[in-house]
Amino acid sequence: MIQDQSTPNPGPTIDLRQPQGNAAETLIEAASLSVDYGGPEVLTDVDLTVERGDLIGIVGPSGSGKSTLLRALLGSIDPSRGRVDRTPGLSVGLVPQVENIDWDFPVTVTECVGMARALGWRSPWINKKERAAITDVLERLGLEGLAQRHIRDLSGGQQQRMFLARALYTNASVIFLDEPTSGLDVKTRHDVLHLLDDLNNDGLTVVLTTHDLNGIAAHLPTIVCLNQRVVAAGNPDEVLVPHVLEQTYGSPMEILEHGGMRVVVDSPRPVKAAESA
Amino acid sequence: MTFAITWAEVFKPFEFEFFRNGLLVATIAGSLCGVIGCYVVLRNMSYIGHGLAHAVFGGYAAAGLLGINLFLGAGIWGVITALGVTSIVRRRPIGSDAAIGVITTASFALGLALVQLYGSPGRNADALLFGNVLGVNGTDVWLIVVVAIVSAAAIFVFYRPLLFTTFDAEVAEATGVRTAWVDAVLMVLLSATVLATMSVMGVTLIAANLVIPAVVARMLTDSFGRMLGLAAVIGAVCGFGGMIASYHLDVASGPTIVLVASLLFVLAFGASGRLRQRAGAVGHAH
Repeated sequence: MIQDQSTPNPGPTIDLRQPQGNAAETLIEAASLSVDYGGPEVLTDVDLTVERGDLIGIVGPSGSGKSTLLRALLGSIDPSRGRVDRTPGLSVGLVPQVENIDWDFPVTVTECVGMARALGWRSPWINKKERAAITDVLERLGLEGLAQRHIRDLSGGQQQRMFLARALYTNASVIFLDEPTSGLDVKTRHDVLHLLDDLNNDGLTVVLTTHDLNGIAAHLPTIVCLNQRVVAAGNPDEVLVPHVLEQTYGSPMEILEHGGMRVVVDSPRPVKAAESA
Repeated sequence: MTFAITWAEVFKPFEFEFFRNGLLVATIAGSLCGVIGCYVVLRNMSYIGHGLAHAVFGGYAAAGLLGINLFLGAGIWGVITALGVTSIVRRRPIGSDAAIGVITTASFALGLALVQLYGSPGRNADALLFGNVLGVNGTDVWLIVVVAIVSAAAIFVFYRPLLFTTFDAEVAEATGVRTAWVDAVLMVLLSATVLATMSVMGVTLIAANLVIPAVVARMLTDSFGRMLGLAAVIGAVCGFGGMIASYHLDVASGPTIVLVASLLFVLAFGASGRLRQRAGAVGHAH
């Protein structure tokens, strides 16, 4: 954690930007990736490499193709041009947006996590060995004692962690998260961020999309700025700069240094009334 | 003494083979529809049973006209219709309700036209539309037994992929589950269930057999596994009770089975505030 003690503490500050190991093993590689859904291109000529141990945040405005890129890397969307190569046999997991979940669906936490081992022959009921593995993964994510709860009875942070547990339960080596902190309060958002950092330190490769530049993206080791094309990719010091952000979001933004961290602020043009005043 | 006479009266219909056949079919069909109905309800496709039953009616009439086996013809027709609905649903922006409405009503209209022009190929049209215990024969019994055994085996084998795809199709697909195949398996089971249930329930009331036991079970539990088991039991109770009521009230079996199921729904709904809260959740989600 990097924190300048000489400045007033602005609140919980997180910096996950530790140097990565030098043994780079490419797991997923997108080359000239374009996706069009049968209409105008949503993604154009995207080149991106995901290496083992990466923790990557994809940022960009609404409609910039973040979720499409996530799904193309995941393999659930086919490119209209270009290609996505994945290491053969690579096990991937997806943590969905909580807004897309039917929270009234009748599943307990155990059932929700257990359903993910659905490949090959599996009995309908969760056997003793599986139950022990589910208990382990729930404990690892701080969800002990909640196994028999209905999924609706969990808090927002717990729901997010349950889906992470489900992805880990399948032994996924790469986990994709679509807007993992959307709708979460500040503390829960920090908890999720710390958890992702811990999992990443344990060797898990993580790729996520986020709208939250200051709360999430600025703390990640690698940021990809996307607006149909990759505008820039690199660490926050390289990417969180005014011209890149303006190109990504189509609106001027300023960068402030605060507590040793970069903070992105909107820089809206003054409205006419203010100008004339 | 009065009590004994009453029981004797209650059990009197068991003397008749047609009734025993009907009772067996209705009970097994209720249980089978309860289980399949859980998947249907949770996929927001409650009316696919209604639509498919109508579509199968069209297939039944067409098979009669073509001179092929009625069950086989209607079954194949039902499977094609169900797969057509899911294939349309997978290609948005057409929703499942609209897809069901378009495909199945067209098939039903074709069936009605064929029956009017050439007459009903087997049973009379009223029996097909509303169900008739008198029309249940040995073939119907075998059909429902075979469909129930095959469906139970398929759900046993595909339990997790079916649950995963029903709850979260996108993540299931990303995890490696072939969701298109899973959907196809469910649609084949659903078509076979509708076909085998038609003799007792009739075309117009099958949807209730699929939906009500599943919804009642949902109100009683928050676990999917328990919901399946409860829906099977509730469906069987509705089929059994409805058939006995059908004989004594001299009303077609389809309506009495639905009325028994509706009664159970009202009882479950009114049982407690907690249940009512869950029912609200079901209503909200679907």
